[in-house]
Amino acid sequence: MIIGFRLNGQEVTARVDHPASLLDVLRDQLGAYGSKNACEQGECGSCSVLLDGELVCSCLVLAADAEGSEVTTVEGVAPEGELHPVQEAMNRVGAVQCGFCTPGFVVAAVDLFERNPHPTSREIKEALAGNICRCTGYGAIIRAFEELAGREVR
Amino acid sequence: MEVIHPRNLEEALAAVADGMTPLAGGTDLMVEVNYGQKRPERVVALRRLADIADFSPTRIGAGVRWRRIEKEGPRALAQAARTVGSPQIRNAGTIGGNVATASPAGDGLPFLAAVDASIELTSGSGSRLLRWDEYFVGVKQTARRSDELVTAIVLADDLPERQEFAKVGVRNAMVISTVCCVVTRREDGATTVALGSVAPTPMRARRAEEMISSERSPSEATLAEFARLVSEEVAPITDHRSTEEYRRHAAGVLARRLLERCLRREAA
Repeated sequence: MIIGFRLNGQEVTARVDHPASLLDVLRDQLGAYGSKNACEQGECGSCSVLLDGELVCSCLVLAADAEGSEVTTVEGVAPEGELHPVQEAMNRVGAVQCGFCTPGFVVAAVDLFERNPHPTSREIKEALAGNICRCTGYGAIIRAFEELAGREVR
Repeated sequence: MEVIHPRNLEEALAAVADGMTPLAGGTDLMVEVNYGQKRPERVVALRRLADIADFSPTRIGAGVRWRRIEKEGPRALAQAARTVGSPQIRNAGTIGGNVATASPAGDGLPFLAAVDASIELTSGSGSRLLRWDEYFVGVKQTARRSDELVTAIVLADDLPERQEFAKVGVRNAMVISTVCCVVTRREDGATTVALGSVAPTPMRARRAEEMISSERSPSEATLAEFARLVSEEVAPITDHRSTEEYRRHAAGVLARRLLERCLRREAA
């Protein structure tokens, strides 16, 4: 079957002949490689996207269930050539090691700051609990978002 | 591949009766799909079905997601909701999915047992209500017929004043329970103790309940006996997540801790 949805503001279509995930369709058919494929069971958060404005793991969304929805991936969090404040904050602090988990953290943090512009350290940690950094580079990631939240950075 | 997005409950029920696979938040089904264990070719997608997303103090629609229960649910269920997966999982996963999957480790299930909730099952020929202990029959096995959908959780209108949930797992976030527990207590002392991950289905520790319900301000020895009874009543197994011995121990510790929280709130 052919499905259609809005990806980062653009109408897109894809063909799904088997129960593919939204992540599969993003990467294999639509060239949106920002969302990463790692655990395929919703544990790692590296495939995080916003589906109709809600943060979800795209590996757990049946692609056909995105029909008619609005999907925002890391490619769509800021206009072309610009960075989202969340990305700038990570840049400033150097909150990137190998980079594999970074897109997922960016999308999760964009969601957090949209709902809560001044999260506490605890709120930041809880909001990012579904994102795993295998380099264990959490210190800098948390500091970046504490700084963005206007918190005193330890 | 055929996927339908029903506009109302009738369309959803017709699809289920026609053998289509129900898909709610996808947090269970899609894992099995991704790992090649299931390959549903005909799916009825319930994510946007408003007919099963109603929410009131006595009725929680099957399509209500953990994110909402975390904020608006009864105390112990809200506490449980906050420990389900991660924000990503709580934005997708539903209470109906938890009930339909019926994993022994389902974090929402001990609450249902603790307050004697009923599960509403609906087919084209109408709805029926099954009490939790009639509904859950084994590991991932329920009394739901293949032509039925879980449509709601039905709660009494006089939930216990004191209710507490906690779980034990290997880490704080994004973890499947080693043991999870709900303790409720009413003004008159009537206490319920429900546990998950320690038997094929959610269960109640009835002897511990009976013993503690007549105690108004239990002594240290009574609390220790309460914990011992809970440890004795559970029926855990040893698996990749833990051992039988540890689960028995943790069940007693957890139940006692939650009872003490209820007692402290009572005193306050």
